[in-house]
Amino acid sequence: MTAGAGTAVARSAEPFGARLARWVPKLVLAPSFVLAFLFIYGLMAWNGYLSLSASRLLPNYEFVGIEQYQRLFESERWWVALTNLGIFGGLFIGCGMTIGLLLAILLDQKIRVEGVLRTIYLYPMALSFIVTGTAWKWILNPGLGLEKLAHEWGFAGFSFDWLINPDRAIYTIVIAGVWQSAGFVMALFLAGLRGIDDSILKAAQIDGASLPRIYWRIIIPCLRPVFFSTLMVLSHLAIKSFDLVMALTAGGPGFATDVPATFMYTMAFSRGQIGLGAASATIMLATVAAIVVPYLYSELRGRR
Amino acid sequence: MAQIRDGNLLSLPTAPTLAAWGAAWSSACTGVDCGGLKPFFLNSVLMVIPAVLVSTVLGAVNGYIFSKWRFRGSETMFAMMLFGVFMPMQVVLLPMSQILGWLGIANSIWGLVLVHVIAGLPSTTLFFRNYYVGLPDELVKAAMLDGAGFWRIFWRIVLPLSTPITVVTLIWQFTNIWNDFLYGIVFSGAASKPVTVGLNNLANTSSVVKEYNVDMAAAMIAALPTLIVYIVAGKYFVRGLTAGAVKG
Repeated sequence: MTAGAGTAVARSAEPFGARLARWVPKLVLAPSFVLAFLFIYGLMAWNGYLSLSASRLLPNYEFVGIEQYQRLFESERWWVALTNLGIFGGLFIGCGMTIGLLLAILLDQKIRVEGVLRTIYLYPMALSFIVTGTAWKWILNPGLGLEKLAHEWGFAGFSFDWLINPDRAIYTIVIAGVWQSAGFVMALFLAGLRGIDDSILKAAQIDGASLPRIYWRIIIPCLRPVFFSTLMVLSHLAIKSFDLVMALTAGGPGFATDVPATFMYTMAFSRGQIGLGAASATIMLATVAAIVVPYLYSELRGRR
Repeated sequence: MAQIRDGNLLSLPTAPTLAAWGAAWSSACTGVDCGGLKPFFLNSVLMVIPAVLVSTVLGAVNGYIFSKWRFRGSETMFAMMLFGVFMPMQVVLLPMSQILGWLGIANSIWGLVLVHVIAGLPSTTLFFRNYYVGLPDELVKAAMLDGAGFWRIFWRIVLPLSTPITVVTLIWQFTNIWNDFLYGIVFSGAASKPVTVGLNNLANTSSVVKEYNVDMAAAMIAALPTLIVYIVAGKYFVRGLTAGAVKG
């Protein structure tokens, strides 16, 4: 509608119409850009300020410097959360990528049901982490799930109580997380494998390279950009992970499976420690930014 | 229930029944309420439809501008928006809950819709922008020479070519918003909780005997909409998504 009017004006009164036409894109973009900008950077700054304030149950804008950060890093619970993020993040990314890559290589062997399998492996991605967590809670429940299955198959000594064992519970989150994301990683690697030029492989085969050697020396190095994208996706998923932990263990037993995201939620919304919650959110933001900003920078540079 | 306790993980039910599904839908207890998952499910439907549509339309227009109507500074603006794709949302929770309170839409479905639309904008803009960059600029230039304006080019030329990326974006936004838990638990009130929050409460409500059949039926109900979307349109989704991710 604006277009019709704009072009009509453009023909009769050139300068004004042309200027108007040039402004249309900017005017259309402005509202949503301003909203997104305020949402991202405005709230980031606001949260940053909260983290330097004395806020507890209610926001309180009295400036206290880095006191909240000191409290944060003196809190044992925060260190547990950080350690868990390290364990979870490392294993989640490592196992997720390994399994995803293996699945992709297996699917790439031109098997007949590939299309069907590829779609099925992706279904977990459609699910909410809450659904995944609820389902795995049952499977891993010592009294009902895997442990009972093994007992009935005759392995009486089999014990699998990771879900309720404070030292092991974090690994159950890894299992469920990898289950959820491996299919997606596989899809990324599969697309990467399809992008490799067949003639390179043919040449290597003629030179007498064995199949594992071809994969190790040629294909995997060719997949480097895919490794990189996957690493980005998985690592920021790991830092943000909240739903899965809430559904599977809710941070328990005790706070043995707390991660920064659940720590932040507990402090800010149920313990009345707004300042501390804001400080932990800022640390999360800094971690993500440290990974993502160089990546985005090189991406945007590289495209020009 | 007796079967669940006596049987094992892999044993098939000896007497399949849909009773658990009925219970999960309309009578299972979440906390003190015993209305099943139905009200939560309806909340999610009411939330997801406007949020997905609005964020996709805005993303399409933004992507169109960022790719075909570039101006000084537009690349920087795009890069700034891009960070929103990766930002941990924990950062916005505290300030946003205050803003929603000021706007008078805290604890309402509209508050959730607003948050989802803004939070989804960076990704939808990114999707459409990357797709439109691949469309030849000559198309737009030729149309401009013929006197077509901003909207007419979008409507007549760009949009008809956008079906694949629109499908990807719609599915992406639908799964993300339907499956969201963080905003749902932080920004919703008693009457506007989405289905993920309902399911989590239901699964964590301890009764004398844990009714795993009802829990699992509830989990299936919560998962069904996104699963159906994937089963019907998953193929197109994967194709579009992986093409973008590997290229970008």
